[in-house]
Amino acid sequence: MTVAQNLKPVRGIADLKQDFPVLAQQVNGRPVAYLDSAASAQKPQVVIDAMTTVMEQHYSNVHRGVYTFGSKTSIAYEDARSKVAAFLNAPSREDIIFTRNTTEAINLAAASWGGTFLNAGDEVILTELEHHANIVPWYFLKEKKGVVLKVVPILKNGALDMAAYDAALSKKTKLVSVTHMSNALGTVNPVAAMVKKAKAVGAVTLVDGSQAAVHLDVDVQAIGCDFYAFTGHKLYGPSGIGVLYGRRDVLDSMPPYQGGGEMIEQVSFDKVTYKDPPYRFEAGTPAIVEAIGLGAAIDYYMALDRKAAHAHEAKLLAEAEQRLSAIEGVKIWSKAPERAAILSFTIDKAHPHDVATIFDQMGICVRAGHHCAQPLMKALGTPATVRASFALYNTMDDVMRLDEGVQKVKMLFK
Amino acid sequence: MSIEELADNFAALDDWEDRYKYLIDLGNSLPAMDDSLKTEGAKVKGCMSQVWLVLGWDGEGKLTMAADSDAQIVKGLIAVLIAMFRGKTAAEAAALDVDGTFKSLGLDQHLSPNRRNGFFSMVEAVRAFTSRRT
Repeated sequence: MTVAQNLKPVRGIADLKQDFPVLAQQVNGRPVAYLDSAASAQKPQVVIDAMTTVMEQHYSNVHRGVYTFGSKTSIAYEDARSKVAAFLNAPSREDIIFTRNTTEAINLAAASWGGTFLNAGDEVILTELEHHANIVPWYFLKEKKGVVLKVVPILKNGALDMAAYDAALSKKTKLVSVTHMSNALGTVNPVAAMVKKAKAVGAVTLVDGSQAAVHLDVDVQAIGCDFYAFTGHKLYGPSGIGVLYGRRDVLDSMPPYQGGGEMIEQVSFDKVTYKDPPYRFEAGTPAIVEAIGLGAAIDYYMALDRKAAHAHEAKLLAEAEQRLSAIEGVKIWSKAPERAAILSFTIDKAHPHDVATIFDQMGICVRAGHHCAQPLMKALGTPATVRASFALYNTMDDVMRLDEGVQKVKMLFK
Repeated sequence: MSIEELADNFAALDDWEDRYKYLIDLGNSLPAMDDSLKTEGAKVKGCMSQVWLVLGWDGEGKLTMAADSDAQIVKGLIAVLIAMFRGKTAAEAAALDVDGTFKSLGLDQHLSPNRRNGFFSMVEAVRAFTSRRT
């Protein structure tokens, strides 16, 4: 009996599209081919239902109401925290701070930890693959405190130059902040190895898991990082909720990020004392419904055969790459040996925005632009790319649509 | 080409593909803009792709325009903008019903809000220039 209860059924991944109501929509007369999940993923019905249920049946604020609604909502909210902890294999649910998104998670770490422990001349190592969210918060500290930013370049294929990383590390390195998976190219970085080397010089480490949380199995203890950040809306959950995981001793050492309700123990005009983590970092009423929605998204995702899901995404990526590579005038920018779910490309004579505009007429959603990674675009030598990104609900049919779209662009832009 | 002719030509095309083809052709037929004119100051803000716009007045007080973009569909929109404004006096430019004219081209339904905003950012840039003379 006990054994049977522990054996959760694993859902196959053959027909996931039907779980996502928005994917039944038509765009410009065609069924939508949604290939922009790296920007934001669609939501399964169970997430929509979980959020609706809170609002329809027992909504209230959390952590204060002594009435039934209040305790019910608080339990659901704190359950979501436990689900996130299990999802990341964090040692404790108290290591999980809810934020608005990955951007706020990194800003929290930069402002609170960086603002306290980084000083003039201290070095922060970033990489050319970083999203602006993992550049600008550290740039603030360069401006404010004279922190030195060192940047690990990429190789021609879009993988990190690990020799340059090794060379950049020194006793001056106080922090390494690196993306687990590039949002613009899909490159997957060897973060566990990088963290190990950073630890060897005594540096603190932050991993931006915005993309990786969706496409890789994340285990913060195996990676060994001090911080791990990701966002709900890319993981089939709602927007407005993100996560900063922090190692317990690091979180304990950090001052509050914002001040207000929820984060205090005692307040007088002479003295304020703060709660322990994670609540110390969650000032004000949190995104209650969204946190519960994220919990539902994690339940949905964890119940899937994730190995099969990742293999499915890899298959779509390989097929798309093969098809597009065969088309004359198409340049593929995603070339690193280790990568996932993202295909960045350009087409001769057509600006990426032109491509996305034509695609839109055909019901194909892609992202065109610099992908909030201008330093990376500069390193690659292109102002912009078209990015098709795959998620567990995409199908071979979506890949064919992408192929069809590229053929049409080739025909229109001669 | 006058804006009326442009509107007639667009009206004769009934599917999105032909309209885009025509828009792309319009962009390709724009005279090349000298690279030396493509300065940071000539850049129009609020466009997703790069747009350069250089405006002036000829001896008769009529608007001169040179413009370019790295995106072809935007170049097509620049051609539309030029058909609307080039050769107009400041007073004529001020009196132009850009919204109505844009709608009469039937392009509205085929342009994403971003593209539409990009076009109107260019219109704003022209208006800012012409209003200084009225």
